[in-house]
Amino acid sequence: MSNTEQPQTCQCDGDSCDNQRRNFISKTAAIAAGTVVAPGIFLHQVAQAKNAAEAATDAVRWGILVDTTKCADGCTDCIKACDERNGLTKENRPEIAAHWIRKVTLRDKATQKENSLPLMCQHCEHPPCVDVCPTGASFKRPDGIVLVDKHICIGCRYCMMACPYKARSFVHEAITDQKAHAPRGKGTVESCTMCVDQVDQGGQPSCVTGCQHGAMLFGDLKDPESAIAKKLKEINSVQLRADLSLNPGIRYHGL
Amino acid sequence: MKKIHYSEIPGKNIGFWAILGMLGFFIAVGLGSVWHMEHEGHHVTGMSNQIIWGIPHIFAILLIVAASGALNIASIGTVFHKTAYKPLGRISAWMSICLLIGGLAILVLDLGRPDRLLVAMTTYNFKSIFAWNMILYNGFFVIVGVYLWFMMERKMNQYYPYAGLAAFVWRLILTTGTGSIFGFLVAREAYDTAVLAPLFIVLSFSLGLAIFVLFLMGVYKGTERELGDGLLNRLAKLLTIFLAAVFYFVLIYHATNLYITNQHGFENFILADGGIYTTLFWLGYVVLGTVMPMALLNCPKPAGKRWSIAAASALTVVGAFSLLYVIIIGGQAYPLEIFPGKEVIESGFMDMAQGGYYQYSPSQWEIMLGLMGVSIFILATLFGSKVLPFLPKSLADDVVDPHAK
Amino acid sequence: MQKMLLGLAAGLLLIAGWAGAQAADASGIKAIKQVSETEKCVAPKEEMRRTHMQKILHQRDETMYKGVRTTRHSLQSCVNCHVAKDDKGQAVDINNPKHFCSSCHKYTAVSIDCFQCHNSKPTDPVVTQPIVGNPDFIHPVPLKSSAEVSQ
Repeated sequence: MSNTEQPQTCQCDGDSCDNQRRNFISKTAAIAAGTVVAPGIFLHQVAQAKNAAEAATDAVRWGILVDTTKCADGCTDCIKACDERNGLTKENRPEIAAHWIRKVTLRDKATQKENSLPLMCQHCEHPPCVDVCPTGASFKRPDGIVLVDKHICIGCRYCMMACPYKARSFVHEAITDQKAHAPRGKGTVESCTMCVDQVDQGGQPSCVTGCQHGAMLFGDLKDPESAIAKKLKEINSVQLRADLSLNPGIRYHGL
Repeated sequence: MKKIHYSEIPGKNIGFWAILGMLGFFIAVGLGSVWHMEHEGHHVTGMSNQIIWGIPHIFAILLIVAASGALNIASIGTVFHKTAYKPLGRISAWMSICLLIGGLAILVLDLGRPDRLLVAMTTYNFKSIFAWNMILYNGFFVIVGVYLWFMMERKMNQYYPYAGLAAFVWRLILTTGTGSIFGFLVAREAYDTAVLAPLFIVLSFSLGLAIFVLFLMGVYKGTERELGDGLLNRLAKLLTIFLAAVFYFVLIYHATNLYITNQHGFENFILADGGIYTTLFWLGYVVLGTVMPMALLNCPKPAGKRWSIAAASALTVVGAFSLLYVIIIGGQAYPLEIFPGKEVIESGFMDMAQGGYYQYSPSQWEIMLGLMGVSIFILATLFGSKVLPFLPKSLADDVVDPHAK
Repeated sequence: MQKMLLGLAAGLLLIAGWAGAQAADASGIKAIKQVSETEKCVAPKEEMRRTHMQKILHQRDETMYKGVRTTRHSLQSCVNCHVAKDDKGQAVDINNPKHFCSSCHKYTAVSIDCFQCHNSKPTDPVVTQPIVGNPDFIHPVPLKSSAEVSQ
């Protein structure tokens, strides 16, 4: 009995239900595509956007492509956007501060080539954090976003032990004045949510919109017509720790 | 072998109550520090987003591993029919229950949200080895409780071998589960290996036996009951074998890693460059925890002497503590290899540790929490022995034949 | 072990009850009336008193696991609508006995866990936006679509 599989709300049998949903999604997607021509902000509007009342489905899988060749050394716009949006404060205590996203600069040991890139929850298809969580608080939504259900998180931190990317942090002290869309509190574990509330309403994660160098591309990995899928087909990209076969939703180009 | 008479320990003198009072004090202090930790949040501890599990977890796992080990004494009597061990069955079973209570108390009170214990007990993700362990721990209480009851209740006495067998199998699964908490962590260099499960099992043999011997010697001295040299020496001989077995598994663990080029960085960290972890491994585990007790138990001069058996047992506990510290905290102190083949030269989240590994200095709060668990174990074991007849009136060699098959 | 915990839980409940009784006298602090004919709550008062937690809980799981972002039964909507202000006209938080939730919860000695993670005050630009098609009702999140469906 795993919490990751949510019961379907509709009463119809599996097949027709799926079809109905797909039809509905493609219709709304068509409407969305039709109405958002002008403002530049919607240029990357994702094809499979759902409206607020719809449930997320596994017809989509959200992902981000990070182009490290465009990611500027020393730039932290994506981190600032995330901190601002989710109300994360650091107070100069790196050991215990929340880091949903961080900048990392790498040097190849053999070739000395340097890379700069943002690193966050990789939203794996087979997330180790979900496997190890005793209560099922760590879960993956049908659309591939990995979240913590803080209502049943007991704060054991086993998921932090299991994450290969050090993507999770533990809330070490009481928090007040949280952002309404990013509830977080003492004694529970948290990580990047892919700004799930924005995504649920047709938007994009704040790190992606906050990047001024166009180094991050958000979209539906399952839709062959989406910008991200087309790009991934065209250029080389890697998964971090691909040896673990977790199939992360975040891909890196130029690494 | 004569008929064994069991009785409660008298516990009437001031010394007994002084010990109980002191343990009670430690428990109160521990609970106070839990209140502080939960009120302030975990930032008052030395644990961080790097060292996720700290000293409390070392104490907890030490006690939990020892719990299944302490039960071994009863199993040797019941399952393997060694009559010399049978008189020790009751206290062995009771002690294992108390050790588990102590260990779990620490684990539960260190949670970020201990108030949600009920959630942990009612909501399970069955793919998680942690969730399995919760069932294994609860089952342990029930099965060992029944085993203890069958041993003590005359009417049920005929069934106790079955209960003993069930408890033996259950404890093996339980320690496998405890070892697998780490063995199932694929991402970390220190943990991703199946050898951790059997390593934890043999560690439970030696650690549980050492704690059992120390307790037995202490109580029989304190209550002026007789404890025969023959029996003690038999336990000491067993300890030597268990110590060697643990050393073998540690050897295999590191030898495998030394063979895998990919793991050289981690091995270099533990065996050569790891500061406190290297010291704890060589000095704490190898010298103090293995070589010294082996020498004390086997060199002709100290061998068989009471002080040397006691010292060897205490050193075994020191060694186990060091080994767990190196495995659990050392394993986290070595930074994750997120980008194989590349070195991190700058990071917003401490991906490159100062001096090559993460620092951890436990605060007094988490140490007090750990000591609380140990105190719970000793207090519960003593108190149980006072109210119920767990301990034989005499373990003298003419009562218990130490050379019996 | 479980018995011990049960005892502990019972003890804690007693303490909580005592503390709650201390916090409010017999009459209790009445919640400041924050619904009117023009600004109705999502269900009649009697129903809300009995079932608000079920509604919130249901919405919680819909939002958490399925990403349904309707606001009719969301905790945030409660917070955005039922705002008590202090003398300076600032919205009060859960620690203040005047707060809509705590005025009742303190009196009945039922602890609420919500606001250890959720903000108990309305945040930012939110409260002023009237809901689409229902100008009397305050809407918390300015949605882009008009697909605000009541459940």
